[in-house]
Amino acid sequence: MIKSERFSWFHFSSPQTFYPLAGTLQPWFAAAATLLCAAGLYLSFFVAPTDAQQGEAYRIIFIHVPAAWMSMFLYLVMGFWSGVGLVLNTRLSSMVATALAPTGALFTFIALWTGALWGKPTWGTWWVWDARLTSELILLFLYIGFMALQAAIDDPRRADKAGAVLALVGVINIPIIYFSVKWWSTLHQGASVSMKSAPSMATTMLIGMLIMALGFWMYSIAAVLARVRCVILERERHTEWVMAEVGGQA
Amino acid sequence: MNWHSWSEFLAMGGYALYVWGSYAVTLVVLIGEIVALAMRRRGVIERLAKFYAARRRNHETEA
Repeated sequence: MIKSERFSWFHFSSPQTFYPLAGTLQPWFAAAATLLCAAGLYLSFFVAPTDAQQGEAYRIIFIHVPAAWMSMFLYLVMGFWSGVGLVLNTRLSSMVATALAPTGALFTFIALWTGALWGKPTWGTWWVWDARLTSELILLFLYIGFMALQAAIDDPRRADKAGAVLALVGVINIPIIYFSVKWWSTLHQGASVSMKSAPSMATTMLIGMLIMALGFWMYSIAAVLARVRCVILERERHTEWVMAEVGGQA
Repeated sequence: MNWHSWSEFLAMGGYALYVWGSYAVTLVVLIGEIVALAMRRRGVIERLAKFYAARRRNHETEA
Protein backbone atom coordinates (compact mmCIF):
# COMPACT_ATOMS: atom_id res chain seq x y z
CA MET A 1 0.00 0.00 0.00
CA ILE A 2 1.29 3.43 -0.97
CA LYS A 3 0.16 6.09 1.41
CA SER A 4 0.96 9.68 0.60
CA GLU A 5 0.13 12.81 2.56
CA ARG A 6 0.94 15.00 -0.42
CA PHE A 7 -1.76 16.49 -2.56
CA SER A 8 -2.46 14.27 -5.51
CA TRP A 9 -4.67 14.71 -8.54
CA PHE A 10 -5.36 11.01 -8.38
CA HIS A 11 -7.11 11.64 -5.09
CA PHE A 12 -9.87 13.38 -7.06
CA SER A 13 -10.01 10.72 -9.74
CA SER A 14 -12.31 8.70 -7.49
CA PRO A 15 -16.02 9.47 -7.97
CA GLN A 16 -16.48 9.49 -4.20
CA THR A 17 -14.00 12.32 -3.63
CA PHE A 18 -14.89 14.19 -6.82
CA TYR A 19 -18.63 14.29 -6.08
CA PRO A 20 -18.43 16.70 -3.11
CA LEU A 21 -15.66 18.71 -4.78
CA ALA A 22 -17.87 19.20 -7.86
CA GLY A 23 -20.74 20.21 -5.59
CA THR A 24 -18.59 22.84 -3.87
CA LEU A 25 -17.16 24.28 -7.09
CA GLN A 26 -20.37 24.25 -9.15
CA PRO A 27 -22.07 27.35 -7.63
CA TRP A 28 -18.91 29.42 -8.09
CA PHE A 29 -18.73 28.60 -11.78
CA ALA A 30 -22.46 29.31 -12.09
CA ALA A 31 -21.99 32.71 -10.41
CA ALA A 32 -19.00 33.54 -12.62
CA ALA A 33 -21.04 32.55 -15.69
CA THR A 34 -23.91 34.84 -14.64
CA LEU A 35 -21.65 37.82 -14.01
CA LEU A 36 -19.61 37.36 -17.19
CA CYS A 37 -22.69 36.89 -19.38
CA ALA A 38 -24.34 39.97 -17.84
CA ALA A 39 -21.20 42.03 -18.50
CA GLY A 40 -20.87 40.49 -21.98
CA LEU A 41 -24.49 41.31 -22.87
CA TYR A 42 -24.04 44.88 -21.66
CA LEU A 43 -20.97 45.30 -23.86
CA SER A 44 -22.70 43.59 -26.78
CA PHE A 45 -25.70 45.84 -26.86
CA PHE A 46 -24.69 49.12 -25.22
CA VAL A 47 -20.95 49.59 -25.67
CA ALA A 48 -20.13 47.93 -28.99
CA PRO A 49 -21.17 50.37 -31.75
CA THR A 50 -23.28 49.64 -34.81
CA ASP A 51 -21.36 47.91 -37.58
CA ALA A 52 -20.79 50.08 -40.63
CA GLN A 53 -21.56 47.30 -43.11
CA GLN A 54 -23.98 44.99 -41.35
CA GLY A 55 -25.87 47.40 -39.12
CA GLU A 56 -27.27 45.79 -35.98
CA ALA A 57 -27.41 42.30 -37.49
CA TYR A 58 -23.76 41.78 -36.58
CA ARG A 59 -24.67 41.71 -32.85
CA ILE A 60 -25.41 38.01 -33.32
CA ILE A 61 -21.61 37.60 -33.32
CA PHE A 62 -21.53 37.92 -29.52
CA ILE A 63 -23.27 34.59 -29.08
CA HIS A 64 -22.54 32.94 -32.42
CA VAL A 65 -18.74 32.94 -32.18
CA PRO A 66 -18.48 32.04 -28.46
CA ALA A 67 -21.03 29.22 -28.96
CA ALA A 68 -19.10 27.91 -31.97
CA TRP A 69 -15.84 28.03 -29.99
CA MET A 70 -17.43 26.17 -27.08
CA SER A 71 -18.94 23.55 -29.42
CA MET A 72 -15.44 22.70 -30.69
CA PHE A 73 -13.61 23.13 -27.39
CA LEU A 74 -16.06 20.93 -25.45
CA TYR A 75 -15.66 18.24 -28.09
CA LEU A 76 -11.88 18.30 -27.63
CA VAL A 77 -12.32 18.09 -23.85
CA MET A 78 -14.78 15.21 -24.32
CA GLY A 79 -12.30 13.46 -26.61
CA PHE A 80 -9.50 14.01 -24.09
CA TRP A 81 -11.39 12.54 -21.12
CA SER A 82 -12.69 9.71 -23.32
CA GLY A 83 -9.12 8.90 -24.24
CA VAL A 84 -7.94 9.08 -20.64
CA GLY A 85 -10.79 6.77 -19.63
CA LEU A 86 -9.93 4.35 -22.40
CA VAL A 87 -6.20 4.23 -21.65
CA LEU A 88 -6.08 4.51 -17.85
CA ASN A 89 -9.42 2.80 -17.27
CA THR A 90 -10.50 5.55 -14.88
CA ARG A 91 -14.26 5.54 -14.46
CA LEU A 92 -14.52 9.21 -13.53
CA SER A 93 -12.87 10.33 -16.81
CA SER A 94 -15.53 8.48 -18.78
CA MET A 95 -18.29 9.93 -16.62
CA VAL A 96 -16.98 13.44 -17.33
CA ALA A 97 -16.96 12.67 -21.08
CA THR A 98 -20.56 11.46 -20.82
CA ALA A 99 -21.53 14.62 -18.93
CA LEU A 100 -19.87 16.90 -21.52
CA ALA A 101 -21.80 15.64 -24.56
CA PRO A 102 -25.24 17.24 -24.00
CA THR A 103 -23.77 20.68 -23.23
CA GLY A 104 -21.52 20.41 -26.27
CA ALA A 105 -24.47 19.43 -28.45
CA LEU A 106 -26.48 22.42 -27.18
CA PHE A 107 -23.70 24.87 -28.01
CA THR A 108 -23.37 23.29 -31.46
CA PHE A 109 -27.10 23.77 -31.96
CA ILE A 110 -26.83 27.40 -30.80
CA ALA A 111 -23.92 28.02 -33.20
CA LEU A 112 -25.93 26.56 -36.11
CA TRP A 113 -29.14 28.35 -35.17
CA THR A 114 -27.57 31.79 -34.70
CA GLY A 115 -25.54 31.18 -37.85
CA ALA A 116 -28.71 30.60 -39.84
CA LEU A 117 -30.30 33.74 -38.39
CA TRP A 118 -27.16 35.69 -39.23
CA GLY A 119 -26.80 34.16 -42.68
CA LYS A 120 -30.28 35.17 -43.83
CA PRO A 121 -29.82 38.98 -43.61
CA THR A 122 -26.13 39.00 -44.61
CA TRP A 123 -25.87 36.25 -47.23
CA GLY A 124 -29.52 36.02 -48.20
CA THR A 125 -29.84 32.38 -47.18
CA TRP A 126 -30.45 30.46 -43.94
CA TRP A 127 -28.20 27.60 -44.94
CA VAL A 128 -25.60 26.65 -47.52
CA TRP A 129 -23.82 23.32 -47.86
CA ASP A 130 -20.33 24.73 -47.61
CA ALA A 131 -17.40 23.30 -45.66
CA ARG A 132 -17.76 25.35 -42.46
CA LEU A 133 -21.49 24.83 -42.02
CA THR A 134 -21.49 21.19 -43.06
CA SER A 135 -18.60 20.23 -40.75
CA GLU A 136 -20.32 22.02 -37.85
CA LEU A 137 -23.49 20.07 -38.61
CA ILE A 138 -21.42 16.87 -38.56
CA LEU A 139 -20.18 17.95 -35.11
CA LEU A 140 -23.79 18.03 -33.91
CA PHE A 141 -24.32 14.52 -35.30
CA LEU A 142 -21.14 13.33 -33.57
CA TYR A 143 -22.42 14.60 -30.21
CA ILE A 144 -25.84 13.04 -30.81
CA GLY A 145 -24.23 9.81 -32.02
CA PHE A 146 -22.05 9.66 -28.90
CA MET A 147 -25.07 10.09 -26.62
CA ALA A 148 -27.22 7.62 -28.57
CA LEU A 149 -24.47 5.00 -28.61
CA GLN A 150 -23.91 5.29 -24.87
CA ALA A 151 -27.63 5.17 -24.19
CA ALA A 152 -27.99 2.03 -26.32
CA ILE A 153 -25.45 -0.01 -24.34
CA ASP A 154 -26.60 -1.30 -20.97
CA ASP A 155 -23.22 -2.07 -19.43
CA PRO A 156 -21.79 1.36 -18.48
CA ARG A 157 -18.14 0.32 -18.88
CA ARG A 158 -18.77 -1.02 -22.38
CA ALA A 159 -20.75 2.12 -23.17
CA ASP A 160 -17.74 4.17 -22.01
CA LYS A 161 -15.39 2.29 -24.32
CA ALA A 162 -17.66 2.40 -27.37
CA GLY A 163 -18.37 6.09 -26.81
CA ALA A 164 -14.67 6.82 -26.36
CA VAL A 165 -13.78 5.24 -29.70
CA LEU A 166 -16.49 7.25 -31.45
CA ALA A 167 -15.43 10.47 -29.68
CA LEU A 168 -11.75 9.97 -30.55
CA VAL A 169 -12.43 9.20 -34.22
CA GLY A 170 -14.64 12.30 -34.37
CA VAL A 171 -11.85 14.57 -33.09
CA ILE A 172 -10.57 14.69 -36.69
CA ASN A 173 -13.61 16.85 -37.48
CA ILE A 174 -12.45 19.69 -35.19
CA PRO A 175 -9.46 20.87 -37.27
CA ILE A 176 -11.66 20.43 -40.34
CA ILE A 177 -14.22 22.86 -38.88
CA TYR A 178 -11.56 25.26 -37.69
CA PHE A 179 -9.53 25.44 -40.89
CA SER A 180 -12.44 24.94 -43.30
CA VAL A 181 -12.56 28.67 -44.07
CA LYS A 182 -8.89 28.53 -45.10
CA TRP A 183 -8.95 25.23 -46.97
CA TRP A 184 -12.05 25.80 -49.05
CA SER A 185 -13.60 28.92 -50.44
CA THR A 186 -16.76 29.49 -48.48
CA LEU A 187 -19.41 32.11 -47.88
CA HIS A 188 -18.48 32.05 -44.21
CA GLN A 189 -15.22 33.94 -44.50
CA GLY A 190 -16.68 37.20 -45.71
CA ALA A 191 -18.49 37.87 -42.49
CA SER A 192 -15.44 38.95 -40.48
CA VAL A 193 -14.09 41.39 -43.08
CA SER A 194 -15.58 44.44 -41.36
CA MET A 195 -13.57 43.69 -38.22
CA LYS A 196 -10.32 44.12 -40.10
CA SER A 197 -11.35 47.28 -41.91
CA ALA A 198 -12.34 49.06 -38.68
CA PRO A 199 -9.70 48.28 -36.05
CA SER A 200 -11.08 50.72 -33.43
CA MET A 201 -14.41 48.93 -33.53
CA ALA A 202 -12.72 45.57 -33.37
CA THR A 203 -11.49 46.24 -29.83
CA THR A 204 -14.89 46.68 -28.15
CA MET A 205 -16.36 43.96 -30.33
CA LEU A 206 -13.51 41.62 -29.51
CA ILE A 207 -13.68 42.32 -25.76
CA GLY A 208 -17.44 41.75 -25.74
CA MET A 209 -17.01 38.52 -27.64
CA LEU A 210 -14.21 37.28 -25.38
CA ILE A 211 -16.21 38.05 -22.22
CA MET A 212 -19.22 36.20 -23.63
CA ALA A 213 -16.91 33.30 -24.50
CA LEU A 214 -15.59 33.25 -20.92
CA GLY A 215 -19.18 33.35 -19.65
CA PHE A 216 -20.14 30.39 -21.86
CA TRP A 217 -17.03 28.58 -20.69
CA MET A 218 -17.91 29.05 -17.02
CA TYR A 219 -21.51 28.07 -17.79
CA SER A 220 -20.31 24.88 -19.46
CA ILE A 221 -18.17 23.94 -16.46
CA ALA A 222 -21.10 24.57 -14.10
CA ALA A 223 -23.50 22.53 -16.25
CA VAL A 224 -21.06 19.66 -16.70
CA LEU A 225 -20.26 19.53 -12.98
CA ALA A 226 -23.98 19.41 -12.19
CA ARG A 227 -24.50 16.64 -14.75
CA VAL A 228 -21.50 14.57 -13.72
CA ARG A 229 -22.85 14.57 -10.15
CA CYS A 230 -26.07 12.98 -11.44
CA VAL A 231 -24.08 10.46 -13.48
CA ILE A 232 -21.95 9.58 -10.43
CA LEU A 233 -25.01 9.00 -8.24
CA GLU A 234 -26.63 6.78 -10.88
CA ARG A 235 -23.57 4.73 -11.61
CA GLU A 236 -22.26 4.39 -8.05
CA ARG A 237 -25.66 3.57 -6.56
CA HIS A 238 -24.42 0.24 -5.24
CA THR A 239 -21.87 1.93 -2.97
CA GLU A 240 -22.35 2.77 0.68
CA TRP A 241 -21.43 6.42 0.27
CA VAL A 242 -24.09 7.11 -2.39
CA MET A 243 -26.65 5.45 -0.13
CA ALA A 244 -25.58 7.75 2.71
CA GLU A 245 -25.54 10.74 0.37
CA VAL A 246 -29.10 10.17 -0.88
CA GLY A 247 -30.31 9.72 2.68
CA GLY A 248 -31.14 6.04 2.67
CA GLN A 249 -30.03 4.48 5.94
CA ALA A 250 -27.98 1.31 5.66
CA MET B 1 -24.98 54.64 -25.97
CA ASN B 2 -26.36 53.21 -29.20
CA TRP B 3 -30.07 53.63 -28.55
CA HIS B 4 -32.29 56.64 -28.06
CA SER B 5 -35.43 54.77 -27.08
CA TRP B 6 -36.76 51.35 -26.14
CA SER B 7 -38.52 50.95 -29.45
CA GLU B 8 -35.29 51.72 -31.29
CA PHE B 9 -33.49 49.13 -29.14
CA LEU B 10 -36.15 46.50 -29.83
CA ALA B 11 -36.19 47.24 -33.55
CA MET B 12 -32.43 46.46 -33.82
CA GLY B 13 -32.14 48.57 -36.97
CA GLY B 14 -34.65 46.36 -38.76
CA TYR B 15 -32.92 43.12 -37.79
CA ALA B 16 -35.09 42.40 -34.73
CA LEU B 17 -36.18 38.95 -35.95
CA TYR B 18 -32.60 37.79 -36.49
CA VAL B 19 -30.94 39.37 -33.45
CA TRP B 20 -33.70 38.62 -30.96
CA GLY B 21 -34.35 35.25 -32.56
CA SER B 22 -30.73 34.36 -31.84
CA TYR B 23 -30.63 35.67 -28.28
CA ALA B 24 -34.05 34.31 -27.33
CA VAL B 25 -33.34 30.78 -28.53
CA THR B 26 -29.92 30.79 -26.83
CA LEU B 27 -31.55 31.90 -23.58
CA VAL B 28 -34.29 29.26 -23.86
CA VAL B 29 -31.72 26.52 -24.56
CA LEU B 30 -29.49 27.45 -21.62
CA ILE B 31 -32.37 27.94 -19.16
CA GLY B 32 -33.83 24.67 -20.45
CA GLU B 33 -30.58 22.87 -19.70
CA ILE B 34 -30.45 24.33 -16.17
CA VAL B 35 -34.05 23.23 -15.50
CA ALA B 36 -33.42 19.80 -17.01
CA LEU B 37 -30.35 19.33 -14.79
CA ALA B 38 -32.27 20.32 -11.66
CA MET B 39 -35.08 17.90 -12.58
CA ARG B 40 -32.61 15.14 -13.34
CA ARG B 41 -30.93 15.55 -9.96
CA ARG B 42 -34.27 15.45 -8.14
CA GLY B 43 -35.32 12.42 -10.20
CA VAL B 44 -32.11 10.53 -9.49
CA ILE B 45 -32.34 11.14 -5.75
CA GLU B 46 -36.02 10.13 -5.63
CA ARG B 47 -35.38 6.99 -7.67
CA LEU B 48 -32.41 5.96 -5.54
CA ALA B 49 -34.30 6.60 -2.31
CA LYS B 50 -37.05 4.23 -3.53
CA PHE B 51 -34.46 1.71 -4.68
CA TYR B 52 -32.78 1.69 -1.25
CA ALA B 53 -36.14 1.53 0.56
CA ALA B 54 -37.22 -1.48 -1.52
CA ARG B 55 -33.91 -3.20 -0.88
CA ARG B 56 -34.20 -2.53 2.86
CA ARG B 57 -37.73 -4.02 2.93
CA ASN B 58 -36.44 -7.11 1.15
CA HIS B 59 -33.69 -7.53 3.72
CA GLU B 60 -36.19 -7.14 6.59
CA THR B 61 -38.56 -9.77 5.24
CA GLU B 62 -35.65 -12.14 4.74
CA ALA B 63 -34.46 -11.68 8.34
